[in-house]
Amino acid sequence: MNQISPELEKKLTEAVEKMPAFPKSVQKILELTRNLDCEPKHLVQVIEKDPVMTVKILRVLNSVHCNLPNKITSVNHSVVFLGFNTIKNLALSIASVGILPKYNTAGFDMQQYLLHSLTTAGIAKLLGDKLAGADPMDCYIAGLLHDFGKVVFAQFMPDEFNRALLKRDSENISLHLAERQVIGVDHTVVGSMLAEKWQFPPTLVDCMRNHHSPDAGEGVMWASVYAANQISKKMSFGDGGNHCIEALPPAVRNYFGGDLDEIIASLGDLSKIVEEAQFFFQVGADA
Amino acid sequence: MKIKFWGVRGSIPSPGTNTVKYGGNTTCIEIRTDDNELIILDAGTGIFALSQVLLSEMPVTANVFITHSHWDHIQGLPFFLPMFVHGNTLRLHGAFDPVSGRGIEQIMEVQLQYSYFSVREAEMKARIEYETLMPEQSVRIGSATITPTLLNHPVINFGYRIDCNGKSVFFTGDHEPYCNIYTPGDEGYEEYWMLIEDKEKSIIEAMRGVDVLIADSSFTAEEYPSKKGWGHGTFDSCIAMAKKSGAKLVYCTHHEPTRSDEALEREFEKALLRHPQQDGGPECRLAREGEEILL
Repeated sequence: MNQISPELEKKLTEAVEKMPAFPKSVQKILELTRNLDCEPKHLVQVIEKDPVMTVKILRVLNSVHCNLPNKITSVNHSVVFLGFNTIKNLALSIASVGILPKYNTAGFDMQQYLLHSLTTAGIAKLLGDKLAGADPMDCYIAGLLHDFGKVVFAQFMPDEFNRALLKRDSENISLHLAERQVIGVDHTVVGSMLAEKWQFPPTLVDCMRNHHSPDAGEGVMWASVYAANQISKKMSFGDGGNHCIEALPPAVRNYFGGDLDEIIASLGDLSKIVEEAQFFFQVGADA
Repeated sequence: MKIKFWGVRGSIPSPGTNTVKYGGNTTCIEIRTDDNELIILDAGTGIFALSQVLLSEMPVTANVFITHSHWDHIQGLPFFLPMFVHGNTLRLHGAFDPVSGRGIEQIMEVQLQYSYFSVREAEMKARIEYETLMPEQSVRIGSATITPTLLNHPVINFGYRIDCNGKSVFFTGDHEPYCNIYTPGDEGYEEYWMLIEDKEKSIIEAMRGVDVLIADSSFTAEEYPSKKGWGHGTFDSCIAMAKKSGAKLVYCTHHEPTRSDEALEREFEKALLRHPQQDGGPECRLAREGEEILL
Protein backbone atom coordinates (compact mmCIF):
# COMPACT_ATOMS: atom_id res chain seq x y z
CA MET A 1 0.00 0.00 0.00
CA ASN A 2 1.62 3.27 -1.08
CA GLN A 3 -1.27 5.65 -0.62
CA ILE A 4 -1.56 8.66 1.58
CA SER A 5 -4.35 8.86 4.16
CA PRO A 6 -6.76 11.81 3.98
CA GLU A 7 -5.63 12.91 7.47
CA LEU A 8 -1.96 12.93 6.51
CA GLU A 9 -2.79 14.68 3.25
CA LYS A 10 -4.59 17.45 5.11
CA LYS A 11 -1.86 17.78 7.72
CA LEU A 12 0.95 18.04 5.18
CA THR A 13 -0.90 20.38 2.84
CA GLU A 14 -1.58 22.82 5.66
CA ALA A 15 1.95 22.49 6.99
CA VAL A 16 3.58 23.29 3.64
CA GLU A 17 1.68 26.59 3.53
CA LYS A 18 3.86 27.78 6.38
CA MET A 19 7.05 26.16 5.18
CA PRO A 20 10.09 28.44 5.10
CA ALA A 21 12.58 28.50 2.24
CA PHE A 22 16.31 27.79 2.24
CA PRO A 23 18.53 30.21 4.19
CA LYS A 24 20.67 31.43 1.31
CA SER A 25 17.78 32.27 -0.97
CA VAL A 26 15.90 34.03 1.83
CA GLN A 27 19.02 36.07 2.55
CA LYS A 28 19.48 36.90 -1.14
CA ILE A 29 15.82 37.83 -1.62
CA LEU A 30 16.05 40.22 1.32
CA GLU A 31 19.26 41.72 -0.06
CA LEU A 32 17.95 42.13 -3.59
CA THR A 33 14.58 43.59 -2.64
CA ARG A 34 16.17 46.25 -0.48
CA ASN A 35 17.14 47.94 -3.72
CA LEU A 36 14.27 49.56 -5.62
CA ASP A 37 16.08 48.96 -8.89
CA CYS A 38 16.49 45.25 -8.24
CA GLU A 39 17.08 43.41 -11.52
CA PRO A 40 14.20 41.03 -12.24
CA LYS A 41 16.49 38.39 -13.70
CA HIS A 42 18.56 38.25 -10.53
CA LEU A 43 15.46 37.62 -8.45
CA VAL A 44 14.30 34.91 -10.86
CA GLN A 45 17.71 33.25 -10.57
CA VAL A 46 17.36 33.06 -6.79
CA ILE A 47 13.80 31.70 -6.87
CA GLU A 48 14.78 29.07 -9.42
CA LYS A 49 17.48 27.73 -7.12
CA ASP A 50 15.18 27.10 -4.18
CA PRO A 51 12.66 24.24 -4.36
CA VAL A 52 10.44 25.81 -1.68
CA MET A 53 10.36 29.26 -3.31
CA THR A 54 9.71 27.70 -6.71
CA VAL A 55 6.93 25.50 -5.41
CA LYS A 56 5.22 28.43 -3.74
CA ILE A 57 5.45 30.74 -6.77
CA LEU A 58 4.22 28.02 -9.15
CA ARG A 59 1.42 27.21 -6.76
CA VAL A 60 0.07 30.76 -7.02
CA LEU A 61 0.53 30.85 -10.77
CA ASN A 62 -1.25 27.55 -11.36
CA SER A 63 -4.06 28.24 -8.93
CA VAL A 64 -7.62 28.70 -10.09
CA HIS A 65 -7.32 32.43 -9.46
CA CYS A 66 -4.97 32.85 -12.39
CA ASN A 67 -7.02 30.61 -14.70
CA LEU A 68 -4.14 30.26 -17.11
CA PRO A 69 -4.92 28.53 -20.39
CA ASN A 70 -1.88 26.29 -20.11
CA LYS A 71 -0.40 25.14 -16.86
CA ILE A 72 2.89 26.83 -16.20
CA THR A 73 6.20 25.54 -14.94
CA SER A 74 8.74 28.31 -15.25
CA VAL A 75 9.40 31.25 -12.96
CA ASN A 76 9.88 33.41 -16.08
CA HIS A 77 6.30 32.59 -17.00
CA SER A 78 5.23 33.84 -13.61
CA VAL A 79 6.97 37.19 -14.16
CA VAL A 80 5.29 37.67 -17.54
CA PHE A 81 1.85 36.70 -16.25
CA LEU A 82 1.75 38.24 -12.81
CA GLY A 83 4.31 41.02 -13.26
CA PHE A 84 7.69 41.40 -11.64
CA ASN A 85 6.53 43.44 -8.66
CA THR A 86 3.95 40.80 -7.70
CA ILE A 87 6.57 38.04 -7.92
CA LYS A 88 8.98 40.19 -5.91
CA ASN A 89 6.39 40.68 -3.18
CA LEU A 90 5.44 37.01 -3.22
CA ALA A 91 9.11 36.12 -2.79
CA LEU A 92 9.38 38.61 0.06
CA SER A 93 6.36 37.18 1.81
CA ILE A 94 7.87 33.69 1.49
CA ALA A 95 11.17 35.03 2.82
CA SER A 96 9.36 36.58 5.78
CA VAL A 97 8.16 33.13 6.91
CA GLY A 98 11.71 32.44 8.09
CA ILE A 99 14.35 29.97 7.02
CA LEU A 100 14.52 26.21 6.92
CA PRO A 101 16.67 25.22 9.89
CA LYS A 102 20.14 24.00 9.04
CA TYR A 103 19.70 21.03 11.32
CA ASN A 104 16.49 19.07 11.69
CA THR A 105 15.65 16.35 14.14
CA ALA A 106 15.24 13.94 11.25
CA GLY A 107 19.01 14.09 10.76
CA PHE A 108 18.53 14.94 7.09
CA ASP A 109 21.17 17.22 5.59
CA MET A 110 19.22 19.99 3.84
CA GLN A 111 22.29 21.52 2.19
CA GLN A 112 23.26 18.22 0.59
CA TYR A 113 19.64 17.67 -0.41
CA LEU A 114 19.64 21.08 -2.08
CA LEU A 115 22.86 20.31 -3.95
CA HIS A 116 21.38 17.00 -5.15
CA SER A 117 18.20 18.78 -6.29
CA LEU A 118 20.08 21.57 -8.05
CA THR A 119 22.45 19.23 -9.86
CA THR A 120 19.58 16.93 -10.86
CA ALA A 121 17.83 20.04 -12.20
CA GLY A 122 20.91 21.18 -14.14
CA ILE A 123 21.53 17.72 -15.62
CA ALA A 124 17.82 17.26 -16.47
CA LYS A 125 18.01 20.54 -18.38
CA LEU A 126 21.06 19.35 -20.33
CA LEU A 127 19.28 16.09 -21.12
CA GLY A 128 16.09 17.91 -22.09
CA ASP A 129 18.17 19.92 -24.56
CA LYS A 130 19.00 16.68 -26.35
CA LEU A 131 15.43 15.45 -26.74
CA ALA A 132 12.99 16.66 -29.35
CA GLY A 133 9.80 17.87 -27.75
CA ALA A 134 11.35 18.53 -24.34
CA ASP A 135 11.34 21.98 -22.81
CA PRO A 136 14.73 22.21 -21.05
CA MET A 137 13.43 24.73 -18.48
CA ASP A 138 10.51 22.44 -17.62
CA CYS A 139 13.00 19.61 -17.17
CA TYR A 140 15.04 21.88 -14.87
CA ILE A 141 12.06 22.65 -12.67
CA ALA A 142 11.02 18.98 -12.56
CA GLY A 143 14.56 18.05 -11.52
CA LEU A 144 14.58 20.75 -8.86
CA LEU A 145 11.29 19.54 -7.39
CA HIS A 146 11.53 15.78 -7.89
CA ASP A 147 12.46 15.08 -4.27
CA PHE A 148 10.25 17.77 -2.71
CA GLY A 149 8.47 15.13 -0.64
CA LYS A 150 11.69 14.51 1.32
CA VAL A 151 11.98 18.06 2.56
CA VAL A 152 8.31 17.86 3.61
CA PHE A 153 9.04 14.66 5.56
CA ALA A 154 12.14 16.16 7.17
CA GLN A 155 10.29 19.28 8.20
CA PHE A 156 6.91 17.93 9.27
CA MET A 157 7.42 14.22 10.07
CA PRO A 158 10.99 14.32 11.42
CA ASP A 159 10.70 11.32 13.76
CA GLU A 160 9.25 9.00 11.15
CA PHE A 161 11.69 10.25 8.53
CA ASN A 162 14.59 9.72 10.92
CA ARG A 163 13.49 6.10 11.44
CA ALA A 164 13.34 5.67 7.66
CA LEU A 165 16.89 7.03 7.34
CA LEU A 166 18.10 4.62 10.04
CA LYS A 167 16.32 1.71 8.36
CA ARG A 168 17.94 2.67 5.06
CA ASP A 169 21.34 2.37 6.75
CA SER A 170 20.73 -0.76 8.79
CA GLU A 171 19.17 -2.71 5.93
CA ASN A 172 21.12 -1.06 3.14
CA ILE A 173 18.01 -0.35 1.13
CA SER A 174 16.91 2.62 -0.93
CA LEU A 175 15.38 5.52 0.97
CA HIS A 176 12.01 5.32 -0.76
CA LEU A 177 11.64 1.65 0.26
CA ALA A 178 12.52 2.55 3.84
CA GLU A 179 9.99 5.42 3.76
CA ARG A 180 7.27 3.06 2.56
CA GLN A 181 8.03 0.61 5.35
CA VAL A 182 8.20 3.20 8.13
CA ILE A 183 5.78 5.93 7.01
CA GLY A 184 3.52 3.93 4.72
CA VAL A 185 4.18 6.19 1.76
CA ASP A 186 7.33 7.45 0.09
CA HIS A 187 8.41 10.95 -0.92
CA THR A 188 7.23 10.48 -4.51
CA VAL A 189 3.66 10.03 -3.29
CA VAL A 190 3.75 13.02 -0.95
CA GLY A 191 5.50 15.32 -3.43
CA SER A 192 3.19 14.44 -6.32
CA MET A 193 0.11 14.61 -4.09
CA LEU A 194 0.97 18.21 -3.23
CA ALA A 195 1.85 19.05 -6.83
CA GLU A 196 -1.47 17.66 -7.98
CA LYS A 197 -3.33 19.55 -5.30
CA TRP A 198 -1.67 22.77 -6.47
CA GLN A 199 -2.70 21.95 -10.02
CA PHE A 200 0.82 21.77 -11.36
CA PRO A 201 1.05 20.56 -14.97
CA PRO A 202 0.40 16.81 -15.25
CA THR A 203 3.85 16.17 -16.74
CA LEU A 204 5.49 17.75 -13.69
CA VAL A 205 3.27 15.76 -11.31
CA ASP A 206 4.20 12.63 -13.26
CA CYS A 207 7.94 13.33 -12.86
CA MET A 208 7.56 13.77 -9.12
CA ARG A 209 5.45 10.63 -8.81
CA ASN A 210 7.39 8.31 -11.08
CA HIS A 211 11.06 9.12 -10.73
CA HIS A 212 11.52 5.77 -8.97
CA SER A 213 8.97 3.90 -11.08
CA PRO A 214 10.73 2.43 -14.09
CA ASP A 215 7.52 1.14 -15.64
CA ALA A 216 4.99 3.83 -14.75
CA GLY A 217 6.51 7.02 -16.10
CA GLU A 218 6.56 8.25 -19.65
CA GLY A 219 7.56 11.17 -21.78
CA VAL A 220 10.68 13.24 -22.39
CA MET A 221 10.51 15.20 -19.17
CA TRP A 222 10.16 12.07 -17.05
CA ALA A 223 13.05 10.39 -18.91
CA SER A 224 15.27 13.44 -18.38
CA VAL A 225 14.55 13.63 -14.66
CA TYR A 226 14.81 9.88 -14.14
CA ALA A 227 18.25 9.80 -15.75
CA ALA A 228 19.43 13.07 -14.17
CA ASN A 229 18.58 11.78 -10.69
CA GLN A 230 20.68 8.67 -11.19
CA ILE A 231 23.54 10.65 -12.75
CA SER A 232 23.61 13.10 -9.83
CA LYS A 233 23.81 10.17 -7.40
CA LYS A 234 26.42 8.31 -9.42
CA MET A 235 28.57 11.43 -9.59
CA SER A 236 28.02 12.00 -5.83
CA PHE A 237 26.79 15.54 -6.40
CA GLY A 238 25.25 16.37 -3.05
CA ASP A 239 23.16 13.79 -1.27
CA GLY A 240 19.43 13.35 -1.51
CA GLY A 241 19.54 10.60 1.07
CA ASN A 242 19.30 7.69 -1.35
CA HIS A 243 22.57 5.99 -2.14
CA CYS A 244 21.23 3.22 -4.38
CA ILE A 245 21.86 3.92 -8.03
CA GLU A 246 19.14 2.40 -10.15
CA ALA A 247 19.71 1.05 -13.64
CA LEU A 248 17.94 3.06 -16.31
CA PRO A 249 14.72 1.47 -17.54
CA PRO A 250 14.63 0.58 -21.26
CA ALA A 251 12.31 3.50 -22.03
CA VAL A 252 14.84 5.98 -20.64
CA ARG A 253 17.79 4.26 -22.36
CA ASN A 254 15.93 4.43 -25.65
CA TYR A 255 15.47 8.17 -25.35
CA PHE A 256 19.16 8.79 -24.84
CA GLY A 257 20.56 5.85 -26.80
CA GLY A 258 22.69 4.41 -24.05
CA ASP A 259 23.06 3.35 -20.45
CA LEU A 260 23.96 5.54 -17.50
CA ASP A 261 27.74 5.61 -18.14
CA GLU A 262 27.27 6.32 -21.81
CA ILE A 263 24.93 9.21 -21.07
CA ILE A 264 27.36 10.63 -18.52
CA ALA A 265 30.16 10.41 -21.06
CA SER A 266 28.01 12.16 -23.66
CA LEU A 267 27.33 15.06 -21.31
CA GLY A 268 30.98 16.01 -20.98
CA ASP A 269 32.18 18.06 -18.04
CA LEU A 270 29.45 18.42 -15.42
CA SER A 271 31.57 20.20 -12.87
CA LYS A 272 30.17 23.58 -13.98
CA ILE A 273 26.71 22.54 -12.75
CA VAL A 274 28.09 21.62 -9.34
CA GLU A 275 30.23 24.73 -9.10
CA GLU A 276 27.30 26.98 -9.96
CA ALA A 277 25.15 25.41 -7.26
CA GLN A 278 27.95 25.54 -4.71
CA PHE A 279 28.85 29.08 -5.59
CA PHE A 280 25.29 30.25 -5.32
CA PHE A 281 24.55 28.68 -1.99
CA GLN A 282 28.07 28.22 -0.74
CA VAL A 283 27.24 24.67 0.22
CA GLY A 284 29.50 23.57 3.01
CA ALA A 285 30.31 27.11 4.15
CA ASP A 286 29.00 28.37 7.44
CA ALA A 287 27.58 31.60 6.08
CA MET B 1 -24.10 51.73 -25.17
CA LYS B 2 -23.04 54.97 -23.55
CA ILE B 3 -19.64 55.75 -22.07
CA LYS B 4 -18.82 58.73 -19.87
CA PHE B 5 -15.51 59.76 -18.35
CA TRP B 6 -15.72 60.90 -14.72
CA GLY B 7 -12.00 60.76 -14.01
CA VAL B 8 -9.07 60.56 -16.43
CA ARG B 9 -6.11 61.57 -14.28
CA GLY B 10 -3.46 59.12 -13.12
CA SER B 11 -1.79 58.62 -9.75
CA ILE B 12 -3.25 61.49 -7.68
CA PRO B 13 -6.12 63.97 -8.06
CA SER B 14 -4.84 67.13 -9.73
CA PRO B 15 -7.33 69.96 -9.42
CA GLY B 16 -6.37 73.50 -10.41
CA THR B 17 -6.33 76.00 -13.20
CA ASN B 18 -3.89 73.93 -15.26
CA THR B 19 -6.17 70.92 -15.51
CA VAL B 20 -9.58 72.53 -15.94
CA LYS B 21 -10.09 71.31 -19.49
CA TYR B 22 -9.26 67.60 -19.09
CA GLY B 23 -10.03 67.33 -15.41
CA GLY B 24 -8.19 66.41 -12.25
CA ASN B 25 -10.16 63.46 -10.89
CA THR B 26 -8.63 60.02 -10.93
CA THR B 27 -9.96 57.13 -12.97
CA CYS B 28 -13.67 56.44 -13.19
CA ILE B 29 -15.69 55.53 -16.30
CA GLU B 30 -19.44 55.09 -16.41
CA ILE B 31 -20.95 52.71 -18.91
CA ARG B 32 -24.67 52.36 -19.57
CA THR B 33 -25.92 49.41 -21.53
CA ASP B 34 -28.79 49.76 -23.99
CA ASP B 35 -31.06 48.61 -21.14
CA ASN B 36 -29.58 51.27 -18.87
CA GLU B 37 -27.73 48.82 -16.65
CA LEU B 38 -24.96 50.65 -14.79
CA ILE B 39 -21.37 49.50 -15.08
CA ILE B 40 -18.63 51.57 -13.47
CA LEU B 41 -15.00 50.98 -14.36
CA ASP B 42 -12.78 51.92 -11.42
CA ALA B 43 -13.59 53.97 -8.37
CA GLY B 44 -11.05 56.79 -8.44
CA THR B 45 -12.13 60.21 -7.16
CA GLY B 46 -14.28 60.69 -10.26
CA ILE B 47 -16.82 58.28 -8.80
CA PHE B 48 -17.88 60.91 -6.24
CA ALA B 49 -19.33 63.26 -8.87
CA LEU B 50 -21.00 60.30 -10.60
CA SER B 51 -22.51 59.13 -7.32
CA GLN B 52 -24.16 62.52 -6.78
CA VAL B 53 -25.97 62.14 -10.09
CA LEU B 54 -27.02 58.61 -9.16
CA LEU B 55 -28.88 59.90 -6.09
CA SER B 56 -31.61 61.09 -8.44
CA GLU B 57 -32.27 57.63 -9.84
CA MET B 58 -32.39 55.43 -6.77
CA PRO B 59 -32.74 52.56 -6.16
CA VAL B 60 -29.45 51.99 -7.94
CA THR B 61 -27.66 48.76 -8.76
CA ALA B 62 -24.06 49.70 -9.45
CA ASN B 63 -21.79 47.09 -10.99
CA VAL B 64 -18.32 48.36 -10.21
CA PHE B 65 -15.34 46.69 -11.88
CA ILE B 66 -11.98 47.52 -10.35
CA THR B 67 -8.97 47.17 -12.67
CA HIS B 68 -6.53 47.08 -9.77
CA SER B 69 -6.13 48.12 -6.18
CA HIS B 70 -3.83 51.15 -6.44
CA TRP B 71 -5.22 54.22 -4.68
CA ASP B 72 -6.03 56.26 -7.77
CA HIS B 73 -8.43 53.53 -8.89
CA ILE B 74 -10.21 52.91 -5.59
CA GLN B 75 -10.00 55.99 -3.41
CA GLY B 76 -13.43 57.36 -4.34
CA LEU B 77 -15.15 54.19 -3.18
CA PRO B 78 -15.87 55.27 0.43
CA PHE B 79 -17.59 58.35 -1.01
CA PHE B 80 -19.86 56.40 -3.33
CA LEU B 81 -23.02 57.95 -1.92
CA PRO B 82 -25.55 55.24 -2.90
CA MET B 83 -23.77 52.95 -0.41
CA PHE B 84 -25.23 55.01 2.43
CA VAL B 85 -28.84 54.53 1.33
CA HIS B 86 -31.15 51.55 1.87
CA GLY B 87 -32.39 49.81 -1.25
CA ASN B 88 -29.29 50.37 -3.36
CA THR B 89 -26.91 47.60 -4.35
CA LEU B 90 -23.17 47.82 -4.96
CA ARG B 91 -21.60 44.84 -6.68
CA LEU B 92 -17.85 45.10 -6.56
CA HIS B 93 -15.85 43.03 -9.04
CA GLY B 94 -12.10 42.62 -9.33
CA ALA B 95 -9.06 40.40 -9.18
CA PHE B 96 -7.67 38.08 -6.55
CA ASP B 97 -4.50 39.39 -4.91
CA PRO B 98 -1.97 36.55 -4.87
CA VAL B 99 0.33 38.32 -2.41
CA SER B 100 -2.25 38.92 0.31
CA GLY B 101 -4.29 35.87 -0.69
CA ARG B 102 -7.42 38.03 -0.58
CA GLY B 103 -10.27 38.68 -2.98
CA ILE B 104 -11.73 42.01 -4.08
CA GLU B 105 -13.43 42.55 -0.69
CA GLN B 106 -9.98 43.58 0.55
CA ILE B 107 -10.10 47.02 -1.12
CA MET B 108 -13.24 47.97 0.77
CA GLU B 109 -12.03 46.57 4.07
CA VAL B 110 -8.69 48.35 3.84
CA GLN B 111 -10.29 51.74 3.21
CA LEU B 112 -13.10 51.55 5.73
CA GLN B 113 -10.88 51.12 8.75
CA TYR B 114 -11.47 53.23 11.84
CA SER B 115 -8.28 55.25 11.40
CA TYR B 116 -9.03 56.17 7.81
CA PHE B 117 -12.79 56.54 7.48
CA SER B 118 -15.63 57.25 9.83
CA VAL B 119 -18.17 54.69 8.63
CA ARG B 120 -17.67 50.96 8.90
CA GLU B 121 -18.76 48.60 6.18
CA ALA B 122 -21.36 47.08 8.53
CA GLU B 123 -22.91 50.52 8.89
CA MET B 124 -23.41 51.03 5.16
CA LYS B 125 -27.10 50.81 4.34
CA ALA B 126 -26.88 49.51 0.77
CA ARG B 127 -26.42 45.88 -0.08
CA ILE B 128 -22.74 45.29 -0.87
CA GLU B 129 -21.70 42.20 -2.81
CA TYR B 130 -18.25 41.06 -3.88
CA GLU B 131 -17.29 39.00 -6.87
CA THR B 132 -13.66 38.08 -7.32
CA LEU B 133 -13.03 37.45 -11.00
CA MET B 134 -10.66 35.21 -12.85
CA PRO B 135 -8.83 36.15 -16.04
CA GLU B 136 -10.70 35.32 -19.25
CA GLN B 137 -13.81 34.27 -17.32
CA SER B 138 -16.67 36.44 -18.55
CA VAL B 139 -19.51 37.63 -16.36
CA ARG B 140 -22.92 38.85 -17.48
CA ILE B 141 -24.48 42.08 -16.30
CA GLY B 142 -27.93 42.15 -17.88
CA SER B 143 -27.39 42.61 -21.61
CA ALA B 144 -23.61 43.09 -21.27
CA THR B 145 -20.75 40.62 -21.09
CA ILE B 146 -17.61 41.68 -19.26
CA THR B 147 -14.36 39.81 -19.80
CA PRO B 148 -11.24 40.46 -17.71
CA THR B 149 -7.74 40.12 -19.15
CA LEU B 150 -4.56 40.07 -17.09
CA LEU B 151 -2.34 43.01 -18.10
CA ASN B 152 1.07 44.26 -16.95
CA HIS B 153 1.32 46.47 -13.85
CA PRO B 154 3.16 46.30 -10.51
CA VAL B 155 -0.01 44.85 -8.98
CA ILE B 156 -2.51 42.46 -10.57
CA ASN B 157 -4.43 44.53 -13.13
CA PHE B 158 -7.40 43.49 -15.22
CA GLY B 159 -8.26 45.11 -18.51
CA TYR B 160 -12.01 44.80 -19.10
CA ARG B 161 -13.81 44.26 -22.36
CA ILE B 162 -17.51 45.05 -22.34
CA ASP B 163 -19.66 43.66 -25.14
CA CYS B 164 -23.29 44.66 -25.49
CA ASN B 165 -25.58 44.19 -28.47
CA GLY B 166 -22.75 44.19 -30.98
CA LYS B 167 -20.96 47.20 -29.48
CA SER B 168 -17.77 46.92 -27.49
CA VAL B 169 -15.30 48.82 -25.37
CA PHE B 170 -12.00 47.78 -23.78
CA PHE B 171 -10.44 49.61 -20.86
CA THR B 172 -6.88 48.72 -19.92
CA GLY B 173 -6.71 50.14 -16.44
CA ASP B 174 -2.97 50.57 -16.01
CA HIS B 175 -0.75 48.73 -18.43
CA GLU B 176 2.86 48.86 -19.55
CA PRO B 177 4.06 47.03 -22.62
CA TYR B 178 6.13 44.02 -21.60
CA CYS B 179 9.89 44.22 -21.69
CA ASN B 180 12.47 41.49 -21.61
CA ILE B 181 14.09 41.07 -18.19
CA TYR B 182 17.14 39.53 -19.87
CA THR B 183 19.68 41.22 -22.10
CA PRO B 184 20.87 39.82 -25.44
CA GLY B 185 23.31 37.01 -24.77
CA ASP B 186 21.61 35.93 -21.52
CA GLU B 187 20.43 32.35 -21.49
CA GLY B 188 16.76 33.17 -20.94
CA TYR B 189 16.60 36.01 -23.50
CA GLU B 190 14.93 34.22 -26.42
CA GLU B 191 12.61 32.17 -24.20
CA TYR B 192 11.43 35.33 -22.49
CA TRP B 193 10.68 37.01 -25.83
CA MET B 194 8.53 34.04 -26.80
CA LEU B 195 6.58 34.32 -23.55
CA ILE B 196 6.07 38.04 -24.13
CA GLU B 197 4.95 37.54 -27.72
CA ASP B 198 2.38 34.94 -26.65
CA LYS B 199 1.05 37.19 -23.92
CA GLU B 200 0.91 40.26 -26.16
CA LYS B 201 -0.94 38.29 -28.83
CA SER B 202 -3.54 37.18 -26.32
CA ILE B 203 -4.02 40.79 -25.15
CA ILE B 204 -4.46 42.08 -28.70
CA GLU B 205 -7.01 39.31 -29.29
CA ALA B 206 -8.87 40.34 -26.14
CA MET B 207 -9.30 43.88 -27.53
CA ARG B 208 -9.76 42.80 -31.15
CA GLY B 209 -12.06 45.06 -33.15
CA VAL B 210 -13.52 47.05 -30.26
CA ASP B 211 -15.43 50.23 -31.04
CA VAL B 212 -13.61 52.07 -28.29
CA LEU B 213 -10.27 51.35 -26.67
CA ILE B 214 -9.47 53.36 -23.54
CA ALA B 215 -5.82 52.91 -22.68
CA ASP B 216 -3.20 54.02 -20.19
CA SER B 217 -0.88 56.53 -21.86
CA SER B 218 0.67 58.22 -18.85
CA PHE B 219 4.03 59.01 -20.36
CA THR B 220 5.55 60.48 -23.46
CA ALA B 221 8.05 58.44 -25.44
CA GLU B 222 10.79 60.78 -24.14
CA GLU B 223 9.78 60.29 -20.51
CA TYR B 224 9.36 56.53 -20.70
CA PRO B 225 13.00 55.34 -20.40
CA SER B 226 13.24 56.80 -16.89
CA LYS B 227 9.82 55.37 -15.93
CA LYS B 228 10.37 51.82 -17.12
CA GLY B 229 8.82 49.23 -14.84
CA TRP B 230 6.36 51.72 -13.30
CA GLY B 231 3.56 49.94 -15.09
CA HIS B 232 2.32 52.57 -17.53
CA GLY B 233 2.11 53.00 -21.25
CA THR B 234 2.85 55.90 -23.55
CA PHE B 235 0.79 57.73 -26.19
CA ASP B 236 2.77 55.74 -28.72
CA SER B 237 2.21 52.32 -27.11
CA CYS B 238 -1.48 53.15 -26.74
CA ILE B 239 -1.87 54.07 -30.43
CA ALA B 240 0.17 51.03 -31.50
CA MET B 241 -2.11 48.74 -29.48
CA ALA B 242 -5.18 50.31 -31.06
CA LYS B 243 -3.77 49.79 -34.55
CA LYS B 244 -2.81 46.19 -33.90
CA SER B 245 -6.17 45.27 -32.43
CA GLY B 246 -8.22 47.07 -35.07
CA ALA B 247 -9.93 49.35 -32.54
CA LYS B 248 -12.02 52.04 -34.23
CA LEU B 249 -11.52 54.80 -31.70
CA VAL B 250 -8.87 55.08 -29.02
CA TYR B 251 -8.88 57.33 -25.97
CA CYS B 252 -5.58 58.04 -24.27
CA THR B 253 -6.12 58.33 -20.52
CA HIS B 254 -4.43 58.20 -17.10
CA HIS B 255 -2.96 61.62 -17.75
CA GLU B 256 0.20 62.33 -15.82
CA PRO B 257 -0.76 64.46 -12.77
CA THR B 258 1.74 67.26 -13.36
CA ARG B 259 0.83 67.63 -17.04
CA SER B 260 -1.14 70.80 -17.76
CA ASP B 261 -3.94 70.86 -20.33
CA GLU B 262 -1.65 72.72 -22.69
CA ALA B 263 1.24 70.28 -22.26
CA LEU B 264 -1.11 67.33 -22.62
CA GLU B 265 -2.35 68.56 -25.98
CA ARG B 266 1.14 69.43 -27.13
CA GLU B 267 2.55 66.00 -26.28
CA PHE B 268 -0.46 64.28 -27.79
CA GLU B 269 -0.03 66.22 -31.03
CA LYS B 270 3.61 65.20 -31.18
CA ALA B 271 2.63 61.56 -30.80
CA LEU B 272 0.01 61.90 -33.54
CA LEU B 273 2.65 63.29 -35.89
CA ARG B 274 4.70 60.17 -35.25
CA HIS B 275 1.65 57.98 -35.87
CA PRO B 276 -0.42 59.69 -38.56
CA GLN B 277 -3.92 58.36 -38.96
CA GLN B 278 -4.27 55.92 -41.82
CA ASP B 279 -7.36 54.94 -43.77
CA GLY B 280 -9.46 52.72 -41.59
CA GLY B 281 -6.99 53.21 -38.75
CA PRO B 282 -8.15 54.22 -35.30
CA GLU B 283 -9.12 57.77 -34.54
CA CYS B 284 -7.13 58.94 -31.51
CA ARG B 285 -8.43 61.26 -28.81
CA LEU B 286 -7.50 62.44 -25.36
CA ALA B 287 -9.90 61.30 -22.66
CA ARG B 288 -11.57 64.30 -21.04
CA GLU B 289 -13.53 64.36 -17.79
CA GLY B 290 -17.22 64.83 -18.58
CA GLU B 291 -17.01 63.61 -22.19
CA GLU B 292 -19.70 61.19 -23.33
CA ILE B 293 -19.48 58.70 -26.15
CA LEU B 294 -22.58 57.20 -27.64
CA LEU B 295 -22.20 53.91 -29.48
